[in-house]
Amino acid sequence: MTAPLVSLKGLRVAFDEQLALRGIDLDVAPGESVGLVGESGCGKSVTWLAALGLLPGRATVSGSVKLDGQELLHARPNVLDRVRGGRIAMIFQDPASSLNPVHRIGKQIIEALRLHRGMDGPQARAEAKRLLDQVGIPDAARRLDAWPHELSGGQNQRVMIAIALAGRPELLVADEPTTALDVTIQAQILTLLQELRKDTGMALVLISHDLGVVADSCERVCVMYAGRIVEQAPSARLFEAPAHPYTRGLLGALPPLHGPRRKLSAIPGGVPEPWAMPPGCAFAPRCSMHVSACDAAVPEQVGLGRGHRASCIRATLTVTQDQAAYA
Amino acid sequence: MIRFLGSRLLRAAITIIMVVTFAFIVLRLSGDPAQIIMGADAPPEAVDAFRTAWGLDQPLLLQYFHYFGAILQGDLGRSMRDGRDAIVLVAERIPATLALTIPALVIKLGLGIPAGITAALYRNSFIDRAVMLLAVAGFTVPSFVLGLLLVLVFAVQLGWLPSGGQESWRHAILPIITMGVGGAAVLARFTRSAMLEVLGQPYIRTASAKGVPWRRVVWGHALPNAAIPTVTIIGFMVGSLIAGAVVVESVFSWPGVGRLLVVAVANRDLAVVQCILLLVAATMVTANLVVDLLYGLLDPRLRNQPKRAAGVA
Repeated sequence: MTAPLVSLKGLRVAFDEQLALRGIDLDVAPGESVGLVGESGCGKSVTWLAALGLLPGRATVSGSVKLDGQELLHARPNVLDRVRGGRIAMIFQDPASSLNPVHRIGKQIIEALRLHRGMDGPQARAEAKRLLDQVGIPDAARRLDAWPHELSGGQNQRVMIAIALAGRPELLVADEPTTALDVTIQAQILTLLQELRKDTGMALVLISHDLGVVADSCERVCVMYAGRIVEQAPSARLFEAPAHPYTRGLLGALPPLHGPRRKLSAIPGGVPEPWAMPPGCAFAPRCSMHVSACDAAVPEQVGLGRGHRASCIRATLTVTQDQAAYA
Repeated sequence: MIRFLGSRLLRAAITIIMVVTFAFIVLRLSGDPAQIIMGADAPPEAVDAFRTAWGLDQPLLLQYFHYFGAILQGDLGRSMRDGRDAIVLVAERIPATLALTIPALVIKLGLGIPAGITAALYRNSFIDRAVMLLAVAGFTVPSFVLGLLLVLVFAVQLGWLPSGGQESWRHAILPIITMGVGGAAVLARFTRSAMLEVLGQPYIRTASAKGVPWRRVVWGHALPNAAIPTVTIIGFMVGSLIAGAVVVESVFSWPGVGRLLVVAVANRDLAVVQCILLLVAATMVTANLVVDLLYGLLDPRLRNQPKRAAGVA
């Protein structure tokens, strides 16, 4: 594997003494696309907000976040300001409220161009127009003078993407970029992100609660549960042979596209609250394969070959069973 | 734009008419000016003569129409006390009042807004708590109490400044501080909460995420948004430049519009009271009109008839 572009090691975040992230280890290679999946509150967004130093002051962050070997955690503000938008850009869930309502679209794009590419005046405006063209906004020249409230949600998300592209980042973190949008627009935005990744060669981290979204757009998927990555694998492999019971539960909750109709299975129970985490595996109380050893200690990640890893003491067993079933 | 301005002007006119009418009715229901001005032991014939001279013997409705008709012709009546035009009497006092209220406004803005912004930026820190403690104290203490307190300390105890009157600029210091502190406290609290509200918005996170330095995030992204609600309060402050000093002028015996109002009400000097109230209503309404126009300037979402972009993404 090539040297990672971004490398998170033991990343922990606590809000008012309550741990929200319990040690995230994650590498993103240059140009790679990684999906981060899990239910709301599992820490997918917090991971990347913490990595870029965007969490509010009451959050305590520890561990390590390295970009090309340079430590970002608790780095000086001027270092972070150059990284944010310049090397790692981020777009967010609700495009309508993520754009400043009192600045025109063009101004908000040009601000990023000025910060990261030193552009100004007509040159910056021309580049901003090109970016709007690139993200598929019709009549870009006129849209530069529009206000965010004059555009639709999908168009605003395209503007957000244009702002993110303005700094020519090496990694784009898209935090639930389509959750607030209509289904048809969702697909367009995801396709756009794929095309842009192909054209620019930047890496993409796609955060979503929707396994389907991630499976289509990412080469590799990380499944998060209660502040940890519990399983990661190449997308196809994860869907073929999920090793962690939580992942299996998530897949069981997806309606199948082919074959006979079946009852969707829900995972019983709920995510444990941060102040009531079980001592062992956080998923153990809801797990159908639970044995007493699960409660002893937090399970280590087990390598299952071909980049597939899972934090479950019974992972090898489930995978072997699956492979036997497929054989 | 024209339609917007037209409807606002119409509303402003209605507000002023209501204030004038209300003042007219209340003043006449709350005591007989003839009796008060002539004194309790004046002979009844003299009181009757006074009533006839000022038209107070006519039916109320007729008096109202006369009064209103006169206003429309620019005649605001004469003082029943010294017979001069009420407007002249009031106009004489305006510079004295503005000499207090304008510097006080400068203090309110210059102290309140930076204090509120600082408190918001250092939320829950020592600075925030200190500013908020002072602000709560500043706006819960009534101005006459603060005024008397300042007099006690700086005039009586220390003897640095005079306690009342209008002989020199030094006489203005205590009343200006009294008014400025209370207003600054209100503005500090308001600015702080407006800033906190804005700083929690997703677009502030977006600005940070695209690498805008924090200072620029505050000045370029947060302040223009926080200014929108704050302008309302500032509008009220500007609107009360003329009549906002009633209590303070009384405490410090400052011969401004406020004290004239107190004296005129006590004397039932109808024309003078009505003239002041009309002036107060007019300034307040004008300030509000300006605030409405500023809203449009500050917030593109409030400009009329936004042309929604056609089509979806």
